[in-house]
Amino acid sequence: MIRTMLLLSAMTTAVSAFAADEPSVHVQQPHLQGPRELQETTAKAVVQNYLDSWQSMRKALDQNRTDLIDRDFVGSAREKLAATIKQQAAAGVHTTYRDRSHDVQILFYSPEGLSIQLADDVEYDVQLSSGAKSLGTQQVKTRYIVVLTPSEVRWRVRIFQAEAQ
Amino acid sequence: MRAEIPTLLGGLALGITSALAQTGDLTIPKSIEAGAAFTIQCGGSGKGTLYIAGPAQLIKQDIQLGSSVEIASGSLFNAGHYAVWCASESSAQTGSIDVRPAQKPSDLTFIAKPSRLPVALHNAITGSAYVFDTYGNLITKPMQISFQLANQGSAPQTRTMETRSGAAWTQMDSAPHEGKAQFTARVGDVSSTRIVGQVPGDPCNIKMSARPAGNKIQLVTEPVKDCSGNAISDGTIVTFTAAYGAEKTTVDVPLKKGIASVEIPAHRGATISVASGVVLGNQIRWAQ
Repeated sequence: MIRTMLLLSAMTTAVSAFAADEPSVHVQQPHLQGPRELQETTAKAVVQNYLDSWQSMRKALDQNRTDLIDRDFVGSAREKLAATIKQQAAAGVHTTYRDRSHDVQILFYSPEGLSIQLADDVEYDVQLSSGAKSLGTQQVKTRYIVVLTPSEVRWRVRIFQAEAQ
Repeated sequence: MRAEIPTLLGGLALGITSALAQTGDLTIPKSIEAGAAFTIQCGGSGKGTLYIAGPAQLIKQDIQLGSSVEIASGSLFNAGHYAVWCASESSAQTGSIDVRPAQKPSDLTFIAKPSRLPVALHNAITGSAYVFDTYGNLITKPMQISFQLANQGSAPQTRTMETRSGAAWTQMDSAPHEGKAQFTARVGDVSSTRIVGQVPGDPCNIKMSARPAGNKIQLVTEPVKDCSGNAISDGTIVTFTAAYGAEKTTVDVPLKKGIASVEIPAHRGATISVASGVVLGNQIRWAQ
């Protein structure tokens, strides 16, 4: 399993390195609690779907479009993100997120297989713009705790929460 | 070298952002508990706009630079990291604030599986739980969570676990006797209960007897039970097989009131056996 995850890590990092706009991604070996074994394909899918969710979130918050998060977010994560998008639209602003690096570790695979929790030490830039005018950019380094649940064809983010540093 | 120019420009741009951040005195708490009131003070004078922005929430408020701005209780309640801007026509001050989940649990997501299973299985029932505050934030601080599986007629099983990053799980044995069990997860004043149905397991052994009934044989089982003494559910199929020379007769009979009964043609020297699923019962040789 360790070898599998290291391989996954190496693969993901290598893939990311080809595209300059893509964040660098490192996947640590899982530090699992729970009796359920995590298969390699499941781990790969969860991490990939989670990274995809950043792209959806980035576009949705940049364009203030709630429909862009439907594929990747569900439950309270979707509700909170959709509310933010509406608040941004009402305030006449938008935010541009650029995730620069992810360091992902799967923490928990629930015994019944209905949720996977991961932690992501992420570095990103966030720019706030009012109309076409940028009000500034901040560099952020924080840790996200994320819970994903399976849907028909992919894992979707149900809890998406940054921890206080 | 050419490749370094955009980097340099990018760094310069970020440097400007940083410089703007240092032009005024933005005073803001490093972190607050979800929903707590707090005060921000942006330096300078004149009118400005305060933005508190994160993926989970955005607050925009017109402010007077140089004066304290009270963010009311219940305004910023979604846990996470927020970037803060105090913007005016000529400058922007930046900072950040972390919102921590409230400490008191208010909600519990509890999943118990399976909802129905055979009795007397070790670690066959699992429960997993996530703990949330009143705003739906995952409480990531470790907390004690107790799981209890209560069965009628036997002492409850209890496990106390500590949440890790807001999650906890446990495993329980199914009870030796059939019936519904209440599986409860509890943290603080909050609890959530699921019902787990425990049904008899496979038959432990099957005993049948035979007696003549005219020119037939009547076969009757004793009440069929599992290894814990629970009566096997009516409708469970019991198979009687009679072999006589090259001839073989098989009859499937559902349990009715715990027993199976059937009449088959009598053949002297026939060997009669009984089974249910993979469990074999006794064998009778018909000598009459």
